[in-house]
Amino acid sequence: MSAVLRGPVPAQGESGFTATAFNRRTLAFVIAAFVLVVAASEALAQIRTTGGSRGIVDALIKWTPLLLFGPPGEFGGFFLNIVVSFLAMAIGTVAGLTLGLGQISLHAPVRRVSWAVTQLFRNSPWLVLLFFVMLLMPYQVTVGGVTIPLPDWLKATFGLSLPIMANMAEIVRGAVNSIPTSQWECAESLAFTRMQTLWRIILPQCVKRMVPPWMNWYAILTMATPLISIVGVNDAMTLAQDALAAEQKTELLMPMYGMLLVFFFLYCYPIARWTIYLERKYAVKI
Amino acid sequence: MPSTTASAKPPIAHGWTPDQPIISIRDVHKSFGEVEVLKGVTLDVRKGEVVCIIGPSGSGKSTLLRCINALVPIDKGSIKVEGQEVHDPALDKLALRKKVGMVFQSYNLFPHKTALENIMMAPLLVLKRPKNDVEAQALRLMKKVRLGGKENAYPGELSGGQQQRVAIARSLAMNPDVMLFDEVTAALDPETVKEVLVTIRELAEEGMTCILVTHEMGFAREVGDHIYFTDRGVIVEHGPPATFFSEASDPRTREFLSQIL
Repeated sequence: MSAVLRGPVPAQGESGFTATAFNRRTLAFVIAAFVLVVAASEALAQIRTTGGSRGIVDALIKWTPLLLFGPPGEFGGFFLNIVVSFLAMAIGTVAGLTLGLGQISLHAPVRRVSWAVTQLFRNSPWLVLLFFVMLLMPYQVTVGGVTIPLPDWLKATFGLSLPIMANMAEIVRGAVNSIPTSQWECAESLAFTRMQTLWRIILPQCVKRMVPPWMNWYAILTMATPLISIVGVNDAMTLAQDALAAEQKTELLMPMYGMLLVFFFLYCYPIARWTIYLERKYAVKI
Repeated sequence: MPSTTASAKPPIAHGWTPDQPIISIRDVHKSFGEVEVLKGVTLDVRKGEVVCIIGPSGSGKSTLLRCINALVPIDKGSIKVEGQEVHDPALDKLALRKKVGMVFQSYNLFPHKTALENIMMAPLLVLKRPKNDVEAQALRLMKKVRLGGKENAYPGELSGGQQQRVAIARSLAMNPDVMLFDEVTAALDPETVKEVLVTIRELAEEGMTCILVTHEMGFAREVGDHIYFTDRGVIVEHGPPATFFSEASDPRTREFLSQIL
């Protein structure tokens, strides 16, 4: 019984992050998962064909630089997935903050339009939004005589930022509504304007409440970035498919996708752990 | 001691002189949906006077206070602060609230700011006063409410009584002409009630015009110049404390006092 109790219980308190996010157990788990995926796919491959494990590992090592950074001199691979996730998150956050504040506006038309936009983008499939943006946006824009090209990966970034925007809007609205109305009333009695109250008193209190869900959405977004491979962007997923097409070996399918999975897991799992830690740290104490 | 209540600000409305009531409430009605909370309240407060409003819960005391600084709009009647009609749609609410300070039952300090920052925020952002000036005043006010040394404490690190005294200092930093106290000791334990009441008594003695909604009968009797008893949205009875507490004539007042005292 005591052995069970001493099992994987995450450490509490301030040191929780360092104690849980990157500890040896996590690393061991990731390596074990990777080995398992490779071993399982190899075993399958052994049954189907006569290729050795040597060949598979060599092939994976050969393609790893391409999957991580794209073709030499080009912009792509897992690195592109990360860049897209960063940019889409930044755009989605700023737009979502605007939309969320629109939802609590005193001006009824602004409130209604913000609500409708939020609902539309929150309840649409990401892939459909992605296709819409790819088709609607031109390949370049001319602003004041300067022509700015819009590469596919940038258009795809805009597409992914739309659902993030809508979900951020809901996070902002929820956080603002979670601040007691007495804070508003008190600020009002001190002759603060509504804008001063919002930016100086209410929103600073919301930040802590918004950070964990915001990070959660970042992880979800990052894991959704392979969607852009469908619209022809050179991300890790597209390149993995290219590599598989070049090798023409069915026994490579599972190890290759397994490797991709490990890339994403190694990137997203620490974020998930950190989110849990921050959630605990910022938990509203009643 | 430099007075924090002195104010060289002109009155909001022209034609008002300090010999007239600073607050004049006439036949005020207010309903929340079906419930009529105020059913024709009339009272006057003169400059420097301390008025205590007592009465059972739900009798409209807090609503009346909120009406005075336009946090709650009224349905009918008139509220004048320094001659300015509060019930006027064209009213400059911010100008009114610079004159009228309010302290709440639940303190409502801004939790992300230190005690000193809480006090300094409104004078800096609303009144746009210079920082040095505001900081000096805030430090003085912290001493005045006997919290010298707690300037950098966050509200979460202070006791209820300490938080409430910071809230009082925060209101005073705006140099108001009138202070409204809405059951400011109701959420405190008996030990800390005393320290808050000491602060309010000092203010009253300095000549600050105060309206107190309170359940502290002993305190009302001691500092009040005039006591109003409200029940079910009307003022049942009022008078100076000496006569009010001993010679209350209305049966409702007598019943209330007998339960409390």
